[in-house]
Amino acid sequence: MAADTAAAGGPAAQFQRRRGRELVEQAIGYALFLCAAITVLTTVGIVLILVVEGLQFFRDVSPWEFFTGTKWTPLFTNQAFGVLPLIGGTLLVAVGAALISVPVGSASAIYLSEFASPATRAVLKPILEILAGVPTVVYGYFALTAVTPLLRTTLFPETEIFNALSAMVVVGIMTIPMVSSLSDDALHAVPADLREAAYGVGATKFEVVTRVVYPAALSGIIASYILAASRAIGETMAVTIAAGASPNLTANPLESIQTMTAYIVQVSLGDTPHGTIEFRTIFVVALTLFAMTLVMNIIAARVTARFREVYD
Amino acid sequence: MVGNVTDEAERTAASAAARAAGVSVQAGVRATEPEPAAEPGIAVEMRNISLWYGQKQAVGNVSLDVPRNRVTALIGPSGCGKSTLLRCINRMNDLIDGVRIEGEVMIDGANIYAPNTEPSQVRRHVGMVFQKPNPFPKSIYDNVAFGAKINGYTGNMDDLVEESLTKAALWDEVKHELKKSGLALSGGQQQRLCIARAIAVNPEIVLMDEPCSALDPIATQRIEDLMLELANDYTIVVVTHNMQQAARVSHKTAFMLAEDDLVGRLIEFSDTDEIFLNPQDSRTEEYITGRFG
Repeated sequence: MAADTAAAGGPAAQFQRRRGRELVEQAIGYALFLCAAITVLTTVGIVLILVVEGLQFFRDVSPWEFFTGTKWTPLFTNQAFGVLPLIGGTLLVAVGAALISVPVGSASAIYLSEFASPATRAVLKPILEILAGVPTVVYGYFALTAVTPLLRTTLFPETEIFNALSAMVVVGIMTIPMVSSLSDDALHAVPADLREAAYGVGATKFEVVTRVVYPAALSGIIASYILAASRAIGETMAVTIAAGASPNLTANPLESIQTMTAYIVQVSLGDTPHGTIEFRTIFVVALTLFAMTLVMNIIAARVTARFREVYD
Repeated sequence: MVGNVTDEAERTAASAAARAAGVSVQAGVRATEPEPAAEPGIAVEMRNISLWYGQKQAVGNVSLDVPRNRVTALIGPSGCGKSTLLRCINRMNDLIDGVRIEGEVMIDGANIYAPNTEPSQVRRHVGMVFQKPNPFPKSIYDNVAFGAKINGYTGNMDDLVEESLTKAALWDEVKHELKKSGLALSGGQQQRLCIARAIAVNPEIVLMDEPCSALDPIATQRIEDLMLELANDYTIVVVTHNMQQAARVSHKTAFMLAEDDLVGRLIEFSDTDEIFLNPQDSRTEEYITGRFG
């Protein structure tokens, strides 16, 4: 048979197609595609459920009431569905956390990238990344059992047991590694010849860092800030434990508040019957939360894309 | 006063020589004008420079006098230590961990490696232009003004920017778009912007580390013309692995070579014409006639 093909001008035996091998290769391709499809389908499914359930909520409550109301009491007999206290609590914690993670994270990134010796860097960077691996429930208990008592005995005796400030502190600490690690990458990506150019006109190390390297890496650094803020907004366990469960539109961090994520936990764990409006509130709150973090991640991606263009 | 007059005479003589050389380059003929009779002063005096990267020695016992207001070329094959030697003149090697330098580099009678010397102060007197054009991701104006700003320049910044860009032969091309990013310029323009940035801090000496190796022939010629122009006001030291370039632009040439021990040493240093027409060392002759390297 093989001899015939060769005689007829077909491929010689060693170049002939091997059907079995081709099938295996195809099967591997499909299997890999399926794995990739799982994550995409899951995301699509989650968004669909959020949108469908969320829209059903708006059949009973007007979007106007939802987005502008200042009272959130779906679980009381006197129901009110103003989401602002939850958004306010979430943003209060996120902004407070950013006040800690942005300066401390940036400073550690600059230290790691520009000042630390390679040996110091090799030790410090993994330690910072371990901080990112601490389970968030540990941070929550750390807030409740260490930070809050410390605040009450030292700075602010009027602090409530559950308060936004302790959540800000631990979420801020929690997001430091994110800021420092991503900012460090951005600083490292600044080409060495820009540093040399700055040194070449007589800049000191501090001038090189502050006037050339940091501005050149700024868009990457800002992207790290936005991602950290997005993480702070979505953070659940620590704020549920530390900040309390009292929806409260306030700017006072010493009071108890409730974040959007903490509310979802509260309802999901409770005995709220399926199909009720109380139950649907968690979908609409989740949808709002998803929209907020999505917008922030898109902004971060845009900023990062701009950053990539700079040295092309 | 007397000193000033001598300086003036010297500059005029040097500038005449440079112009003559510039013209002959443009005519496509190698500059063979004799040096002016007046012996130029010494801008940089290197005494017994040796350099180690960790345990590995890269430069061995080089002594070299760089003449003021002249272009001095460092040539030699890859790895001969010419760039490393150049970077000893503005203490750029200090930025690399594990570098050890022995010997002295005298500028204006002071050893820049003396204790209590601040490298950033040295670099304000010894500017540098790099192999790859490296403008900051800032506007053209801010690129030029950068050094002056950090050095606390109190004069008129607009004038300084215009003067520096004019000296770097870039002003006419960019005067209407000073706010544009330096990175938007062509490679040759970027390199002239880097030259403007270097001279804006008013250095005495400008080091150029293979400044044309990333440029096309036309941009290269502009930079070469510029080097001769700049020699009126500055002392130029240029590293090049292009021998024709050394022959075209330099008044003095130093040939360096790393032999079997891989330590770069100075083989021959003399007037450029002498090096190319009448080399004293057989290794110089072999290199310039293209037998190795």
